[in-house]
Amino acid sequence: MDAIILQILNGLDKGSAYALIALGLTLIFGTLGVVNFAHGALFMIGAFCAVTLSRILNISFTTIDETRTDFLGNPLKVDTTYIEHWLGPDLGGGILNWSVPLSILFAIPIMILVGVVMERGLIKHFYKRPHADQILVTFGLAIVLQEIVKYYYGANPIPTPAPDAFRGSFDFGTLIGFDPNTIIYPYWRLVYFAFAAVIIGAVFAFLQFTTFGMVVRAGMADRETVQLLGINIDKRFTIMFGIAAAVAGLAGVMYVPINPPNYHMGMDFLVLSFVVVVVGGMGSLPGAVLAGFLLGILESFASMGAVIDLIPGINQIIIYLVAIIILLTRPRGLMGRKGVMED
Amino acid sequence: MFGLAKKDVTLLLIVAALTMLAPFILNPFPVDSAMAQFNAGYPDLMQRFVIFGIFAIGFNILFGLTGYLSFGHAAFIGVGSYAAMWMFKLFGMNVLPALTLAVVMSGLFALLIGYVSLRRSGIYFSILTLAFAQMSYALAYSVLATDMDGPDEQGLLQKGLTGGETGLQLTLQDPRILGQQTTADGGIPVPNLFGLEMRSATEMVMGDWVFTFSAGYYFSAVVMLIAFYLSIRIFRSPFGMMLRAIKCNNTRMTYTGLNARPYALAAFVISGMYAGLAGGLMASMDPLAGPERMFWTASGEVVLMTILGGVGTLIGPVLGAGVIKYMENIVSKINSDILHSWFAFLPDGLEDLVVTMIYPFVGKGWHLTLGLMFMLVVIFLPGGLVEGGQRVARLFRRKKAKEGKKSTQSTPAE
Repeated sequence: MDAIILQILNGLDKGSAYALIALGLTLIFGTLGVVNFAHGALFMIGAFCAVTLSRILNISFTTIDETRTDFLGNPLKVDTTYIEHWLGPDLGGGILNWSVPLSILFAIPIMILVGVVMERGLIKHFYKRPHADQILVTFGLAIVLQEIVKYYYGANPIPTPAPDAFRGSFDFGTLIGFDPNTIIYPYWRLVYFAFAAVIIGAVFAFLQFTTFGMVVRAGMADRETVQLLGINIDKRFTIMFGIAAAVAGLAGVMYVPINPPNYHMGMDFLVLSFVVVVVGGMGSLPGAVLAGFLLGILESFASMGAVIDLIPGINQIIIYLVAIIILLTRPRGLMGRKGVMED
Repeated sequence: MFGLAKKDVTLLLIVAALTMLAPFILNPFPVDSAMAQFNAGYPDLMQRFVIFGIFAIGFNILFGLTGYLSFGHAAFIGVGSYAAMWMFKLFGMNVLPALTLAVVMSGLFALLIGYVSLRRSGIYFSILTLAFAQMSYALAYSVLATDMDGPDEQGLLQKGLTGGETGLQLTLQDPRILGQQTTADGGIPVPNLFGLEMRSATEMVMGDWVFTFSAGYYFSAVVMLIAFYLSIRIFRSPFGMMLRAIKCNNTRMTYTGLNARPYALAAFVISGMYAGLAGGLMASMDPLAGPERMFWTASGEVVLMTILGGVGTLIGPVLGAGVIKYMENIVSKINSDILHSWFAFLPDGLEDLVVTMIYPFVGKGWHLTLGLMFMLVVIFLPGGLVEGGQRVARLFRRKKAKEGKKSTQSTPAE
């Protein structure tokens, strides 16, 4: 029992990332009808927003402390970050410590801007072209974006830690009545899951309970009629693209402490996220979220020692295997709508 | 001639001439000159040109004719490589049986994957092929690399069917029942064609120029010409016409009472066999097969090649393969010192400025240039470099026609 709960928990963080990326992909696909292969790059850009903010905050100047000496007897050089110098060690140090969560505020405008520029500058011209062309041009864009990031940040992963308060693990089992030391779970992964749940809830609430969201949903159902009613649906769809980009970016920001970002992390996640979207059903937002968590948890179950002993290598192929089975038995995916991508 | 129209014979002869004279054409700079690093006429790279040319030609038969975009074609390269390696290990170092087995095995593998994947079309097909290729990669990397039932006496299955991360290599203990197990001096024998070693090469020195003629290259080039010839035949055949009809309007084909799937499956298997042939050739040139050949980025690479050169055209994929492999091997070598030496004639400040502006696009950043080129081609030239060439040719022809006041019929070079 405890092993099962542990595996479910382990699957949640990866599942959250899959679900967030797949949600953005589906938003773009459902509104604009575009298959966006550059979505993984948006995830990666989000992660590098966090890296950038932490680098900016860590800009420091060096002073020489005459009162202390280093081990060679020379006056000690002390690096002080400007932020600590200006705001004092308490507030400044706190900001430094919380740089990853603070990156959310930094990343949202950037990601929306990137998304809107991408849609207006490139993807707008591809609405009328075949899906294959959309895949290809966004694939090219993904290569370009990741090469630009590689040029500025190098090819190595850049570790960026979580705030001190969330480092380390805690005994999750005791909270729900298990013996101590059976279910140990890192704090940050729980934070990530909660964060993903909030974002997913916010996106659904936005679509469900605001006038803007209502118009967008109407546009997803029947774009032409909405246009005939005199509503500028293109503008709203552009904004939705920005929001989808922001969702992917935020998923990237918060993933930084779990996995140090490198320039090709986007592509690694993209391939799996596409599988997730297809399993969930092209164009279905709840399907994308459900499939994201489902596949994340399945993957974590498949990496249990007992399962691997039974079927070697299953942890490597489980997601693809599930995708193949689903696609062949339920072509529309788990919750796919009728008439989406069936031509 | 060869059962081809005159236009196609001309094209085939031009390609044949270019591949046969490649050691000269690709080595235009003297050995000691500063430009010598742009010489692409060394055997290793030339072999890669033609091998990836075969791969792209095969991919084009599927994507160019039927419009099915496969994102998992590299799996067949891997299967071909492993099959050829096992032939080398078990039977002997002759490349012909190895290539035969590579083509047969990848054909069977393609039949299996194609039968399942072709039940869906559009993006679903792309995802299915991608999933199969990633599965093959993961299996080759881990499961198939573990012992089957313990190492046997000759240590054959010590590292399983695929050798895992390090790849499948030749060893001295391999039986090679039809050939010699070891060479006279106790080394591992080299892949050969009835005694002609693939590694052997002769050099010709002409003044400052050195040209290398490698047996491996010429063998691969001949194989590529045969593959190219077959692809022309497929393009011009009623079968090819049927594939184009599938791309054009699959629904209508179904309504007229025709079952299009067997045709698409045939195209898929043929293109898988081409990929297997390319994989087998890779193993013949350098007897080593690793799982990274099946990774999805390798599948993405052949998509890039085909689109860049011109999808659905005969010569396009070969051209695209050449451009990408040239960039990968030559452009990636340019570093800032070389750039500085090129622009040394400029005033100092300007020189630094130019070098800083160009530097991100060459050397390690060649992928950036590739991505930009690819995007520009998809946006402005959906027909790839071939269409670009045609447009330029048409421009000139129109000028000429205007001068001569007579209309000439444009014949696309395809």
